[in-house]
Amino acid sequence: MSALLPSIPAIALVGVEVSFQSAARTVTVLSGLTLTVAPGEFVCVVGPTGCGKSTILNVVAGLLSPDAGEVNIFGAPLQGVNRAAGYLFQADTLLPWRNARDNVAIGLLFRGLSPRAAAEEAERWLARVGLADAASRYPHQLSGGMKKRVALAQVLALDPKILLMDEPFSALDVQTRHLMENELLSLWSTMQKSVIFITHDLEEAIALGDRVIVMSAGPASHAVADYRVNLPRPRDVEEIRMTSDFVELQRKIWLQLRHEVRQRQDASDAA
Amino acid sequence: MQRDRRKPRRLWPYQLLLFGSLIGLWYGLTEYELLPSFFFGKPVLVVTQLYHWISSGSVFRHLGVTILETLIAFSSGTLLGVGFGMWLGLSPLAAALTDPYIKAMNAMPRVVLAPIFALWFGLGIWSKVALGITLVFFSVFFNVYQGIKEVNPILLANARMLGASSHNLIRHIYWPAALSWVFSSLHTSVGMAFVGAVVGEYLGSAQGLGYLILQAEGVFDINAVIAGMVILTLCALLLDTGVTLLERRLLFWRIDSAPEPR
Ligand SMILES: Nc1ncnc2c1ncn2[C@@H]1O[C@H](COP(=O)(O)OP(=O)(O)OP(=O)(O)O)[C@@H](O)[C@H]1O
Ligand SMILES: [Mg+2]
Repeated sequence: MSALLPSIPAIALVGVEVSFQSAARTVTVLSGLTLTVAPGEFVCVVGPTGCGKSTILNVVAGLLSPDAGEVNIFGAPLQGVNRAAGYLFQADTLLPWRNARDNVAIGLLFRGLSPRAAAEEAERWLARVGLADAASRYPHQLSGGMKKRVALAQVLALDPKILLMDEPFSALDVQTRHLMENELLSLWSTMQKSVIFITHDLEEAIALGDRVIVMSAGPASHAVADYRVNLPRPRDVEEIRMTSDFVELQRKIWLQLRHEVRQRQDASDAA
Repeated sequence: MQRDRRKPRRLWPYQLLLFGSLIGLWYGLTEYELLPSFFFGKPVLVVTQLYHWISSGSVFRHLGVTILETLIAFSSGTLLGVGFGMWLGLSPLAAALTDPYIKAMNAMPRVVLAPIFALWFGLGIWSKVALGITLVFFSVFFNVYQGIKEVNPILLANARMLGASSHNLIRHIYWPAALSWVFSSLHTSVGMAFVGAVVGEYLGSAQGLGYLILQAEGVFDINAVIAGMVILTLCALLLDTGVTLLERRLLFWRIDSAPEPR
């Protein structure tokens, strides 16, 4: 339905450039990056390591303001932290002195909920990510995958319109990863959020996304290709890998990605 | 962090044996005057002295004074250290402004302040408390200051994304992070408060364990000096055990000091 309406993009990056000053020289990480995400769209971004994928998310989150270019969120220029976005960071972000329930509840407390209401809501979210039994455990008592789930619950509990995810499942074993990917898809299908999902696993990107964006090798990285994934939903990430459409798309994107990874290697060999 | 889960070997019988043989050696050497007992004391006389102090109850007054001084110095020094540490940690301008003074004060051997405090606050407990506070303050202050500055920026970014105001950040991120540093420096700061009290007493006072030792030294009663040292050591061990228990309760979320799962 919404595709028929002239909708304002949830996220619109136009000509974004980001540079970092490091030890007397300036490194341009992103240059001329243009990227739009429609409301309710699931966009995956793949690219060689160090090309600036996390940097894109930091820009969309409003934690980093670009040196040039525009960042529009639902049509309005972004100023300060992006209030519409939830951000699942690449690194661990749980507070070690709070148990799982209190970690999930903290964002709700910031939003002004009473401690009691926040704790109840947190318990509900923990149950939805399959951690009802772990509510009283502290981060050091949780496995890597459990920590990611808690962090996911923490972000989703605030019901953000935009979800930014930075390689959330890269540290998990294959089985757990497939499990969490399916969980994520079923959560997402009921919530219609706009998602930017960073990964360097191409199969994961195709299995999850509506679109797969390939970044060029850094420095001065930008989007070099934008593939639409026309695979039917709901998807099962394991089964969909077996379909011929999937395999064909994967082959096509892989050739491009390999080219970018090679370029990156050539660049570092030259340096 | 990995914990050694092997069953610890039972060492205490050997530790006891070692203790016994050292005391035995001391006894033998001084009894036959291979070591002059005037300078080295005699274990039996030390025990007699301890028994005399405890049975007459006279030692408890001194012990109470020293512990009172230690606790006051410890708590006020910690409060001041946390307050200033948080303030300077959160305010780069104030930190830059006061930096040279703090460096200088920290470099100064603070025990030399004892005579000045004696002049200012007299020979009662307050000059000892003041010395203890200065010792504790800096240890806590530097821990909190460093802890605040080294709060993981990712934790802060995450909290900001979750909607934290700067007030929220202080209360929910900086404050617990700072406290965890205070707790991990508790052993040092309790020890420092104790040192402050005893050294202060030793340099001039009318009561306290330091005074007891000073008095014994004045009449060359080496056995009483050693007995005083024994009480000091036991007292320090007791304080340290108390801190360990407190730490277990408060820092349970730290992997390395987490209690065993029940
Ligand atoms: N704060 C910073 N200061 C200086 N350089 C930075 C900073 N943050 C990132 N960079 C540099 O920017 C480049 C892109 O970093 P980014 O973290 O976005 O890469 P990435 O694509 O997410 O990599 P990975 O796949 O390994 O996570 C890297 O070369 C990195 O060294
Ligand atoms: Mg990254």
